[in-house]
Amino acid sequence: MQAGALEANREKTMTKRVKRALLAATMLGFAGPAMAQDVTLTIESWRNDDLTIWQETLIPAFEAKNPGIKLRFNPTAPTEYNAALNSKLEAGSAGDLITCRPFDASLSLYEKGYLAPLQDLEGMKNFGDVAKSGWSTDDGSVTFCVPMASVIHGFIYNADAFAEVGVEPPKTVDAFFAALDKIKEDGTYIPMAMGTNDQWEAATMGYQNIGPTYWHGEEGRLALIKGQQKLTDDQWVEPFRQLARWKDYLGDGYEAQTYPDSQNLFTLGRAAIYPAGSWEISVFNEQADFKMGAFAPPVPKEGDTCYISDHVDIAMGMNAKGPNQEAAKTFLNWVGSEEFATLYANALPGFFSLSNHEVKMEDPLAQEFVSWRTKCKSTIRSTYQILSRGTPNLENETWNASANVIKGTETPEAAAERLQKGLASWYDPQK
Amino acid sequence: MAAEQSTRPPIRWHIAVFLAPAVLIYTAIMILPLFNTLKLALYTDAQNAQVFIGLDNFRLLFGDERWSEQFWNALGNNVWFFIIHMLVQNPIGILLAALLSSPRLRMRAFYRTAIFIPTILSFVIAGFAWKLILSPLWGVAPNLLDFVGLKGLFQPWLGKEAYALTTLALISVWQFVGIPMMLIYAALLSIPDELLEAAECDGVTGMAQFWKIKLPLVLPAIGIISILTFVGNFNAFDLIYSTQGALAGPDFSTDILGTFLYRTFFGFQLQLGDPNLGAAIATAMFLIILIGVSIYLFGIQRRLRRYQF
Repeated sequence: MQAGALEANREKTMTKRVKRALLAATMLGFAGPAMAQDVTLTIESWRNDDLTIWQETLIPAFEAKNPGIKLRFNPTAPTEYNAALNSKLEAGSAGDLITCRPFDASLSLYEKGYLAPLQDLEGMKNFGDVAKSGWSTDDGSVTFCVPMASVIHGFIYNADAFAEVGVEPPKTVDAFFAALDKIKEDGTYIPMAMGTNDQWEAATMGYQNIGPTYWHGEEGRLALIKGQQKLTDDQWVEPFRQLARWKDYLGDGYEAQTYPDSQNLFTLGRAAIYPAGSWEISVFNEQADFKMGAFAPPVPKEGDTCYISDHVDIAMGMNAKGPNQEAAKTFLNWVGSEEFATLYANALPGFFSLSNHEVKMEDPLAQEFVSWRTKCKSTIRSTYQILSRGTPNLENETWNASANVIKGTETPEAAAERLQKGLASWYDPQK
Repeated sequence: MAAEQSTRPPIRWHIAVFLAPAVLIYTAIMILPLFNTLKLALYTDAQNAQVFIGLDNFRLLFGDERWSEQFWNALGNNVWFFIIHMLVQNPIGILLAALLSSPRLRMRAFYRTAIFIPTILSFVIAGFAWKLILSPLWGVAPNLLDFVGLKGLFQPWLGKEAYALTTLALISVWQFVGIPMMLIYAALLSIPDELLEAAECDGVTGMAQFWKIKLPLVLPAIGIISILTFVGNFNAFDLIYSTQGALAGPDFSTDILGTFLYRTFFGFQLQLGDPNLGAAIATAMFLIILIGVSIYLFGIQRRLRRYQF
């Protein structure tokens, strides 16, 4: 009886031990791969054009240096990015790294606690205040995205067409229109490739491109924010007057011409001048088989100071609720490094690094654009900081106004009047 | 005892049991979200907390000059969009159905399929295909017009305020004309032959037969199509968004309630989304559709005469 009980007892302990061993083994079994497993960081972005550059250049370069961290680049269509990102962040399904739009879109994400503050990040030391302005709180105390690149506005031209028709890249406004007239007279080429269908072309490549010359860049932009100038002042209406003159030089049916249409029109060699942002360079290099050149927005009189829009455009932030924060910080430090700046600027000619590193670029067109930084005064797009915070939204209204002005359905004065009224309706310094 | 039990009707549990899955699923995915949307419209976002503000969102939407202007513009465009569908899509649908049901027509199945195919296409495909066809740069439309000597008539239709909305409505008609056609076709086929033979004996043939016999008999089907068109048009969004973008250019001339809702709810470019005001617009859309459907149900459908065969 006793022996039997002992036997049974031993059997019990045996099974217990076996169970424990099994349990431990299972746990180890789970833990084993988990420890060896790499952390995968997902990058949210609107740059679906850059997918191959990330996959072939940037991600391998980072992963080679940082074993154990894998990256996945997950872009959305540009027009849907903001809406999609907001929904993902609210649902908690957004990636670890978030590509930041400049100014208010990202600022509101930070204020809602979706973006982590990053001003203490090691890599942040490599950026100046202007570079950080797009992704800092209004008082500049907190920065929440690591600046990646800016874009510069100007005009890209078909050099072969210019040589054929016999025009030089213009420096002044008069020379600009003289060149357009000559190309139009010649008739081989459409003088300027731009359409009003998508509206933002007219505002971004038109108004914000030639505008800084008239409102004197930062001087005018800051005066507008402080309420010392109004959109109805001459220096803010004049760009619209210039835009109204463009109509005669655009292609047939430009009203229904979309942004890709304009790009194709130029790269197929059918148009001579393309009002551009520097982000076009990489696409154009790939598609155009003629020689291209670029000229800065023309100045009113010979010898005037030139102004360019050197707009902070893209940065990278960290999902404050992401599970892999340490790995994400490692990556963001790399984004602030010289290696990233060089790789990015050369993989994507036309996206110019915002860091203090000396970045060497190979592309001649990109070199031309970036050379204006030394010759001209830089500013950012006038509507982006603070002024597009309310309703009606100044940036979106400017799209509409610029398109209307080019089409001639609204006079420059009426458009400026409307913008000023809209801005004054919610922005106190302008009341 | 036994007699008493038998007089009381037993509770018929099976009805509830059989209804439960549909009711539960419908409640979870339709009714709750609907009421949540209505609720969302009564709140606003203040420092990341939802605050109850009563009808202030509606006051802003209808009282503020800018918002109300956009709203009425969108509503007006939507009404025009609907009118085009009623005037073009449905009569053409009826005509096609009448032709298809004609006994002398050959290759009927082919026509039926060919006309119905655009309906199953995605909005995006239809939108982009037409955008390319009508493109002043690479489209076939200018060339085709040139071919018949009417090049002068060509306009960049999608880019002009005066034509863009009508053009888009016609594209939508092209895509969906198959639906009224099929419904009316089915209704026409269900008319008994004896009736038509009797009509023929009375000397009612051809066009007169269509107007006097067939059309009155398919009126209930036309009523259903009208209401489907109404609901579909006032909920429309995809086609405008895929061809003109969220800003519904040129100069908001193609902005309908759906695109206006999208822009407000999700935001666009630098404009941040305002889900609460968006919900107010959604509520207004819901009420408009509710009123429209009610007018139809109580004002029209009850007066339609139905014939039993």
